[in-house]
Amino acid sequence: MSDRLPGFSTLAVHAGAQPDPTTGARATPIYQTTSFVFNDADHAASLFGLQAFGNIYTRIGNPTNAVLEERVAALEGGTAALAVASGHAAQVVVLQQLMQPGDEFIAARKLYGGSINQFTHAFKSFGWNVVWADPDDIASFERAVTPRTKAIFIESIANPGGSITDIEAISTVARKAGVPLIVDNTLASPYLIRPIDHGADIVVHSLTKFLGGHGNSLGGIIVDAGTFDWSTGGKYPMLSEPRPEYHGIKLQETFGNFAFAIACRVLGLRDLGPALSPFNAFMILTGIETLPLRMQRHCDNAKAVAEFLAGHPAVASVSYAGLPTDKYNRLARKYAPKGAGAVFTFSLKGGYDAGVRLVSKLQLFSHLANVGDTRSLVIHPASTTHSQLDDAAKIKSGAGPDVVRLSIGIEDKEDLIADLEQALGA
Amino acid sequence: MNHDAYPDNYIRAILNSVKSIAMVGASPVNVRPSYFAFKYLAQRGYDMIPVNPGHVGKELLGKPFVASLSDIGHPIDMVDIFRNSSHILPVVEEALTLDPLPKVIWMQLGARDDVAAAKAESVGIKVVMNRCPKIEYGRLSSEISWMGVNSRTLSSKRPPAPTQGMRLSLNRMSVGGGDTAASDRAAKNKTEQS
Repeated sequence: MSDRLPGFSTLAVHAGAQPDPTTGARATPIYQTTSFVFNDADHAASLFGLQAFGNIYTRIGNPTNAVLEERVAALEGGTAALAVASGHAAQVVVLQQLMQPGDEFIAARKLYGGSINQFTHAFKSFGWNVVWADPDDIASFERAVTPRTKAIFIESIANPGGSITDIEAISTVARKAGVPLIVDNTLASPYLIRPIDHGADIVVHSLTKFLGGHGNSLGGIIVDAGTFDWSTGGKYPMLSEPRPEYHGIKLQETFGNFAFAIACRVLGLRDLGPALSPFNAFMILTGIETLPLRMQRHCDNAKAVAEFLAGHPAVASVSYAGLPTDKYNRLARKYAPKGAGAVFTFSLKGGYDAGVRLVSKLQLFSHLANVGDTRSLVIHPASTTHSQLDDAAKIKSGAGPDVVRLSIGIEDKEDLIADLEQALGA
Repeated sequence: MNHDAYPDNYIRAILNSVKSIAMVGASPVNVRPSYFAFKYLAQRGYDMIPVNPGHVGKELLGKPFVASLSDIGHPIDMVDIFRNSSHILPVVEEALTLDPLPKVIWMQLGARDDVAAAKAESVGIKVVMNRCPKIEYGRLSSEISWMGVNSRTLSSKRPPAPTQGMRLSLNRMSVGGGDTAASDRAAKNKTEQS
């Protein structure tokens, strides 16, 4: 029983899971139940009062989901995690613990279009104000800090252009401002980048993408790094002050370095309700077991496809951080040495019309609004994922009208290149 | 002992060997962390003794409060201190007058006094600081996994079906250190700043 740290692939298979005590089942059972029987009245009271570890109701926790939570926490190097219904739900639950009406958070301008919408419109109705900063200009984050700033939010690999964010530089800004750094690690997955190692305090994922990996189950997760001190200055009352919902418990004092994950569960998930189905948790867990194998293949394929496109006469430019000539290659070599991910964009010399023609002629690539599937995917962001942005914002977020986004799957790369070659032909 | 990051084997050996625990600062208020820990450890079979001069004459979960460690009147294996860092030293000094000495002095999550720790260690007492025995027991047994916490342990063995109040095995394979590297670093930085 030495304290030996197993490798990533071992954790991807084992962390959080053990044979079922009752049946001996080796695969994690799907606990498809809404609720759990108490031993007696005292046990019930202990669970409701957060005094005992155990299960009450699947909106608060479920044994299948718990395996997923511990596994992702282990892969990210965090102290605890909370699985929720989607990546979007993860973002709402995280910010609910940090923000009061009238507060601000700073977000990188280059984000998934759905997140830009959520932050700009939905959160505005809660009185949470987003302030945008440019991930290519670290000083723009510093300039955005005010006394009402409660968090900084970035993507490790940014959608749609696959640019790499300088997590360490932005974490320095967050530390100086006394606010947590939240990193959406969806496009990298912990196999490529572990943001906590670079100063993130909270990591969120859409599990729907590379972690689940098979395009079959929605899910989201919040990982607590256990690094942020929530007690100072009464800035984060959900964590530092007595909670009336729980007869005056102070969460940080009681739960220490996993208090944020507990707050997300007992104040966020319990009261907002976006619980993950145990069936989805099972599907995603199964996907995670092969994450290291899939992710490497995704990256190797993506690099081969990006190189092919960069050399094609019909292509104007390729934005893939894995190419040595790319603007973000230096950051890719630092943060993601195993590969620069599998989602990237390119633009065609023929502009918008050529993009539309390409999408319609592809045979293997599926035209749809998702990324991180075993299958290769293609989309035109300007008319879909980023369509609600105005033209200037589209260009700023890397989704101009001539841009096509690819999510490279794990097929044979020769077949992907052949498909692109025929579709790019006259 | 490096008090910034404890090896799991150190914590495991303590929790596997001690039988009686005197909890200094135990509270009868059922939302206080000391109440949570007292109740949990009692349910897991430890002989718990509540120490709090403000509650003498009352009981905590059937156990009578005593005013101080010297009032316990029989040997104890571990002293678990639920007091702020600034109140640790006198408790440790009192513990050092006990005969026989306790084997372990444990300071609760958030509490740390390196001077007091050095005094105790100089007479062969094991010291744990800024940890919670309930959390550590839950982590090493993986029971805490129900709450999505990273137990930092793995096992391919079939555990016994749990029953109420049973002792749980703490002997799962550890995956490095008591906490994650990042959270240990953050705790160390905080200690150095204060």
